[in-house]
Amino acid sequence: MALDQEQNFQAKIDAEDKIEPKDWMPEAYRKNLIRQISQHAHSEVIGMQPEGNWITRAPSLRRKAVLLAKVQDEGGHGLYLYSTAETLGITREEMINALQDGSAKYASIFNYPAQTWADVGAIGWLVDGAAIVNQVSLQRTSYGPYSRSMVRICKEESFHQRQGYELMLTLCRGSEAQKAMAQDALNRFYWPSLMMFGPHDSESAHSASSMKWKIKRETNDYLRQKFIDQTAPQIEFLGLEHPDKNLIWNEERGHFEGSELDWDEFKRVIHGDGHCNRQRVQHHIKAHEEGAWVREALVRYKQKKKLKAA
Amino acid sequence: MAEVNKQAIQDYATRLGDDAVVIGHRVSEWCSKGPFLEEDLALQNVALDFIGRARMFYSYAAELANDGRKEDDFAYMRDHREYQNLLLMELPRGDFAYTMVRQLLVDVFNLYYLEQLQQSSDETLSAIAGKAIKETRYHLRRSSEWVLRLGLGTEESKKRAQTALDDLWGFTHEMFDLDALEQQLADAGIGVDNTSLQAAWTTQVKSILEEATLIPPEDEWKVKGGREGYHTEFLGQMLNEMQCVHRANPGLEW
Ligand SMILES: [Fe+2]
Ligand SMILES: [Fe+2]
Repeated sequence: MALDQEQNFQAKIDAEDKIEPKDWMPEAYRKNLIRQISQHAHSEVIGMQPEGNWITRAPSLRRKAVLLAKVQDEGGHGLYLYSTAETLGITREEMINALQDGSAKYASIFNYPAQTWADVGAIGWLVDGAAIVNQVSLQRTSYGPYSRSMVRICKEESFHQRQGYELMLTLCRGSEAQKAMAQDALNRFYWPSLMMFGPHDSESAHSASSMKWKIKRETNDYLRQKFIDQTAPQIEFLGLEHPDKNLIWNEERGHFEGSELDWDEFKRVIHGDGHCNRQRVQHHIKAHEEGAWVREALVRYKQKKKLKAA
Repeated sequence: MAEVNKQAIQDYATRLGDDAVVIGHRVSEWCSKGPFLEEDLALQNVALDFIGRARMFYSYAAELANDGRKEDDFAYMRDHREYQNLLLMELPRGDFAYTMVRQLLVDVFNLYYLEQLQQSSDETLSAIAGKAIKETRYHLRRSSEWVLRLGLGTEESKKRAQTALDDLWGFTHEMFDLDALEQQLADAGIGVDNTSLQAAWTTQVKSILEEATLIPPEDEWKVKGGREGYHTEFLGQMLNEMQCVHRANPGLEW
């Protein structure tokens, strides 16, 4: 029986049919998805912090409004993805607990500090940009609800990327100081953006089963290459120096080739040595704890209202 | 005469921009700090509305000034002594009860204020009011619902809401004052006669408070001065933060 179910399930996947919440699925598939989708949701929510930290200092009212709307979108993505994960039989509360006790992860890029106003541009352009490359491929993921949320989210992410790039372009066409700020932001965010695609395929812990079940559709290295290729001309158009001094165009392969990434640094930051690891989680916990009495009041109010109606 | 009026309208639009940008900034400080995600996003929505409103008022002021200044020059290049927002807007965000009770007091005021401003003989002010009043109706639905939830929720939420109300009430009186500028514009059918709003505001606020079992404080305590640029210590700090990047490299595009 179980074998039939498993064969049936894999046949569906192979035929590019979507798996829906009520369909039978292997426990490992469910777990894998919960891990990936909740991590994605947490990334959206934790990602509100580095940029949110600039809302009160945005240098024009237009930028302030755009940034507010962007951060709001990210929170909306978080909500949407939490609901997507909930279709797999986990509650938002459980996911938030896992984020706060450290057993669930979020994208390590948000452990890097947003130090200057140009970082807001670099994050929109590079971080949202890298996220899109990944998420476009996930539009074809095998789990129906996740696939549909990616379609919806990608539209907003490309908007964010264009706004981030436009912010960088404005700085690059501005004063020397503004351009230097843009260069500095690019230098700091370029490498961690490339690391957003995860370790090399040969090193990736989750890749094999994720590919077989079509949770992932493209490999880490393939997606990273795509991002390197799309970013190089964008850097040139800004008139900035490419942070990778070894970058060359390989005519034969039709791709850019650059330096090997500093994977030791990648691991150090993931495992807690980033500037903001503790800060991000503590910020989340603090807001959550400070909001406890509000959530209690809401529950109590609803109970009282129900009692009154009955 | 026409010139005097133009300057008066410019000053009037500027102070309405000040009100909007200051309260919008305060609400925006909630970003990523809300009690739960949905509410975090709703607060950002409200902040966005106020920032948008400030931009409309400042753009109009800039248009009237016609001296090359733009909306951001009004927001970023004026000191707190030049800002003429109501004091209520600039007080720090406080806890969630403080923010929500303040929003209620401000939203009810804005509702009646904008209703009248919509009748302004100045077409631009009237149009801005028309757009803003729709947002304000939505803001008020939220803030009045929240005040009910807090007042009728738990003992703690009720206590926090009452404390907020006690701390904020003294700052509400200046909403109904009329200085020479406002008098002049009210007489000309351009501006709002704030004094005429007090009765309706008081009735509506008190009825919501009563339903929420909160007690309206006594009226003896009154703090005023926002329209003259006589602010609390908080506004200077707020503007320091808000204006720091813009002013570090003045005169540039961002
Ligand atoms: Fe997002
Ligand atoms: Fe985004």
